[in-house]
Amino acid sequence: MSDATLPTVSAAMPARSSGRARGESLAVQIVLIAISLAFLLLFLLLPLVTVFVEAGARGWEAYRAAITEPDALAAIRLTLLVAAIAVPFNIVVGIAAAWAIAKFEFTGKNLLISLIDLPFSVSPVISGLVFVLLFGAQGYFGPWLQAHDLKIVFALPGLILATVFVTFPFVARELIPHMQSLGSADEEAALTLGASPWRVFFSVTLPNVKWSLFYGVLLCNARAMGEFGAVAVVSGKIRGVTNTMPLHIEILYNEYMGAAAFAVASLLAGLALVTLVLKTLLEWRYGDVIAASRRH
Amino acid sequence: MTSATTPFRWREPSILPGFGLALGITVTALSLIVLIPLAALFLKAASAGPADIWAVATSPRTLAALKLSFTAALFAALVNAVFGLILAWVLVRYDFPGRRLIDAAVDLPFALPTAVAGISLAAIYAPNGWVGSLLAPLAFKLSIPFTDLSFGFDGKVAYTPLGVMVALIFIGLPFVVRTVQPVLEELQSDVEEAAALLGASRFRTIFRVILPQVLPALLTGFVLAFARAVGEYGSVIFIAGNVPMISEIAPLLIVIRLEQFDYAGAAVVATMMLLISFALILAGNLIQARARRRFGDV
Repeated sequence: MSDATLPTVSAAMPARSSGRARGESLAVQIVLIAISLAFLLLFLLLPLVTVFVEAGARGWEAYRAAITEPDALAAIRLTLLVAAIAVPFNIVVGIAAAWAIAKFEFTGKNLLISLIDLPFSVSPVISGLVFVLLFGAQGYFGPWLQAHDLKIVFALPGLILATVFVTFPFVARELIPHMQSLGSADEEAALTLGASPWRVFFSVTLPNVKWSLFYGVLLCNARAMGEFGAVAVVSGKIRGVTNTMPLHIEILYNEYMGAAAFAVASLLAGLALVTLVLKTLLEWRYGDVIAASRRH
Repeated sequence: MTSATTPFRWREPSILPGFGLALGITVTALSLIVLIPLAALFLKAASAGPADIWAVATSPRTLAALKLSFTAALFAALVNAVFGLILAWVLVRYDFPGRRLIDAAVDLPFALPTAVAGISLAAIYAPNGWVGSLLAPLAFKLSIPFTDLSFGFDGKVAYTPLGVMVALIFIGLPFVVRTVQPVLEELQSDVEEAAALLGASRFRTIFRVILPQVLPALLTGFVLAFARAVGEYGSVIFIAGNVPMISEIAPLLIVIRLEQFDYAGAAVVATMMLLISFALILAGNLIQARARRRFGDV
């Protein structure tokens, strides 16, 4: 306010003394904060609150019934099973990729990093489509699979493949920058002191990167359990058999069972909140080691 | 580094073990899960033959779906660029109660499953929803120059192209905020103070000193939000209404073609989508590289 009337040279003084808020007047600050809050409220918080409000709209009994009916339980089990296979797979591959990329110099490294990130720029629907084209009834391996009585698409293997595809980059891209920033001196010292290669990995490397690994796993798991587009294409949506939680939500919603759909959705929203809280705690506590914490 | 005396080596020697195993696992998994399946997509699309590819690619329904997906993603990314920049600025520069909570909430779209967001947004913006019922009286007519996209607002958001945009704004916001925020945090205050001391108004300082430094990051965030929005499916299909030619997005058209066992048709639409988005991402990266050269590294 005084900035406007004072000569320009001294105008910088009150701005500097006000610390974080260099520059803008209080009025401008309040307007910008209000715009930000309104935008977040409208586009982010309202959808979250709505999930829980709609889930409870029919009362506790209806809510309990919706999440304990056999198809819902089957969907919950399937979602947990798919994540229990897809996430560990991506942990192993992510660690392997980070080890190769962060600890060694080789030709084609940048290309490899770009290819690992590729699933992020592919539509989830296409991530499912590719497996239907390979393993579906009219796919490249379809006749062979049928002749041997094997089922990949419209069955568990297809769900796992599609989920692994969409969550492929998560672990690797958290680990790579962190392991790169740590260098190899610790591992070299351990080796020189006579530790076996696996001992070096489990006693030196893994403890060093455990928080960024956990961070990557957290994001990988959230996506694995919540994935919709990719699994929608490969699932075939057989109730109680190939329906994951997000697909179960879709079916309930399309059958005008909104309260039941939101009841199941509230479980996933709860998972999202837990993920968000853990993620935020990790960022506050270990922000310096989680190198890629701000980028996705 | 290779020199004239040492022969070319494709990897630097190291005393660390496990390179072969780690690279082997990585390349095998990457090939089996990502590269070979994607190659199958291109192969399937190509196997359709030129005449069929042309027929699918130029069918009005395909073109309408692609146009909707790309324009809605573009406008959503623009909205996110503006509000994401304001949000990042507010989070970095101002102190107010609940700032850290707001900061954490920005990542909600990363954590919330898209189907959950989808049914929730549909419920909110439906004509009888919390926001939808408020918007109904606000109908007005506004045509965007140089596009024939109908953005004349008839009071409805859900089940229109506008609903598609709302969902895409939801899922794209964190990309902009999270790419701009670290750059704003590392911005040195001395340049700003120098500009103020030299008599620049705050407005001029922001647009001539601060914004150019943030621009490359803002562009990256914009491209990331756009790329994600183009392919988005789960959060869109519930609020879109999915009327062919009007509010049917390209990923949904792929699903519909698949359900009709038109594998080649699905593959052609998917390939077109991938090629256009890769081209746009590449263009974005080139523009960003130019901005970086001009305004310095970020």
